[in-house]
Amino acid sequence: MKRNLSRILALVMLVSMIAAFSLLGGTSAAKEEPVTINVYNWGQYISDGTDGYIDVNAAFTEETGIQVNYITFDSNETMYTKLKTGGASYDVIFPSDYMVARLIKEGMLLPLNYDNIPNASLVLPAYRGMAHDPEDKYSVPYTWGGTGIIYNTKYVDEADVGSWDLLWNEKYKGKILMFDNPRDAFGVAEFRLGYDVNTADPQQLQACADLLMQQKPLVQDYVMDQIYDKMEHEEAWIGVYYAGDFIQMQLENENLAFCYPEEGFNLFVDAMCIPTSCQNKDAAEAYINFLCRPDVCGENLEYLGYSVPIDGATEFMDPEAAANPIAYPDDQTLARGQIYLNLPAETSQLMDSLWLKVKTSGTSKTLIIGIIGLVVVIAVCAFFIIRKNKKKAKRKSLYTK
Amino acid sequence: MKRQFLSGPYLVWMFLFTLIPLAIVVYYAFTDSVTGSFTLSNMASMGSYLPIFLRSVWLAVVSALICLVVGYPVAWCIAQTKPMTQRFLYMLVMLPMCISFLLRTLAWVSLLEDTGIINRLLGQIGIGPLRLVRNDGAVILGMVYNYLPYMIMPLYTVIMKIDHRLVDAAQDLGCDGGQVFLRVTLPLSVPGIVSGVTMVFVPAVSTFYISQKMGGTTSTMIGDVIESQFKTAYNPNLGAALSLVLMVLVLVCVAVMNHFTGEDESVVTI
Repeated sequence: MKRNLSRILALVMLVSMIAAFSLLGGTSAAKEEPVTINVYNWGQYISDGTDGYIDVNAAFTEETGIQVNYITFDSNETMYTKLKTGGASYDVIFPSDYMVARLIKEGMLLPLNYDNIPNASLVLPAYRGMAHDPEDKYSVPYTWGGTGIIYNTKYVDEADVGSWDLLWNEKYKGKILMFDNPRDAFGVAEFRLGYDVNTADPQQLQACADLLMQQKPLVQDYVMDQIYDKMEHEEAWIGVYYAGDFIQMQLENENLAFCYPEEGFNLFVDAMCIPTSCQNKDAAEAYINFLCRPDVCGENLEYLGYSVPIDGATEFMDPEAAANPIAYPDDQTLARGQIYLNLPAETSQLMDSLWLKVKTSGTSKTLIIGIIGLVVVIAVCAFFIIRKNKKKAKRKSLYTK
Repeated sequence: MKRQFLSGPYLVWMFLFTLIPLAIVVYYAFTDSVTGSFTLSNMASMGSYLPIFLRSVWLAVVSALICLVVGYPVAWCIAQTKPMTQRFLYMLVMLPMCISFLLRTLAWVSLLEDTGIINRLLGQIGIGPLRLVRNDGAVILGMVYNYLPYMIMPLYTVIMKIDHRLVDAAQDLGCDGGQVFLRVTLPLSVPGIVSGVTMVFVPAVSTFYISQKMGGTTSTMIGDVIESQFKTAYNPNLGAALSLVLMVLVLVCVAVMNHFTGEDESVVTI
């Protein structure tokens, strides 16, 4: 009986498996497989439906039937490395200006077909033909914004605010957060020293590295998006980050304030591009076009806090958000902004190696204790091994006797 | 001899996923990042990373020793209980490993940070915020916490198997408790100590997540540097050279450790 039962069970399983397979085959033949695009964007850089804002990716899928596989990175350099090492294929990426130039130079982007991106005609004139892509052949701007200092008014004295010096202020030791990517970190040092942010002079870069090393004992941590949590919970009091992210942080903690330092600051444009590994260019262009649509752009960027490069998009935003002086600084402030250009390969490499030196510099007390400790451990090991070998030799000689 | 083919699948696996990648690491370590030609410059730059190597080894050694000191009594106690209780206690030791390692490390950070739970409680009773996280001590704490089960497991397995008659015999011959431990139990558990220390030391020396989250700006470990070379700096050649040196270093350490488990322990067993 038992045996029969197991046979019946096996038969049932077989039949159901066949049925399942035929069903699967039937549906895939009847309906075309949905197109999927891989979108590779910065973390926290799209409206995803929280707080009643638009869920951009879901809205896009609903409208076009194209599925979005959404993946995030935390810095331009991470994205570059991921593209360079290959393996993964992406259809739409969101590099910043200087990285767009680098990708163009290394032939890693595909020219866009503007017939598929009619909304690109709405890009404001100020964000067209910029230095990183003079003919707008490869990129459409997604957002723009500035970099500045975020500080907590509860702990930071207003008198200390205004200059990049705040990030070197001994008073706030251990409460300062710094950028965790070489370009932005060196940018801060360059502004403070009054250098050109696109300098290729090795001596100037060395001076910047020295300045960053000098800052290191005061720095709580080198962070990217972790800054959200740390600033909102007041674990850190001073940080340097992008204006749009500050606007999001301020919603969580109203003690936070923002300042565009007087020495100058970085103005950036984050663009949408299609890398050469793209599998479905038409769908990717449809996605870019969708993000440029004024209503989508307006709602999306109202949530993000970043500034709008599309004509007419602000009409779909909360008027207060559209007039926020941090997202849309006055001309006088904007005049202090400087845009990063692509650096020559040797300069980038030098910057990377100097950055590594900054990150690994500084000896904690443990190092000295460590060296002494290691010597002791090695000595103890050697002692035991020698003693054991002696014992063994002794025993051997006993046996032979 | 004939049964050797049983290990065939693993040999194929090892060839594909250990030996070939290793060869690639060696290739990258000795080539130039731009031209791809043979170079020793990656290896030559190792000198400037010596302090970081030393720090990593030292932090890992300290963690392994703390794990040993904390783990040994636990393993011994578990081995003394009834088999049923043993199984239950052993499961308890393993329990934290069921939760993601990353999550547990992050949880430590939110416990220890300046505005964390512990400091807030201390603040309630008037003790100012203490700097509990972002220093080397916190890194060691993180490593001990995460790798302690790897120490207890082999220790327990070895101590459990110690023949009770040996202990009885030692007591009959007039040893007191301390002597029994020093002359019988401890020597017999050396294989467990060695494999436990190895199992803690090896992952600890190459960790990067713990030092990134719990360490300060000066507790960078060699794992962090290797990670940055592959993740952001796009210099796989330097990264490969660093990991090659680290591997040799670990092998040397393990070889030294293995010297302690020689054949003379086997002389003692019946």
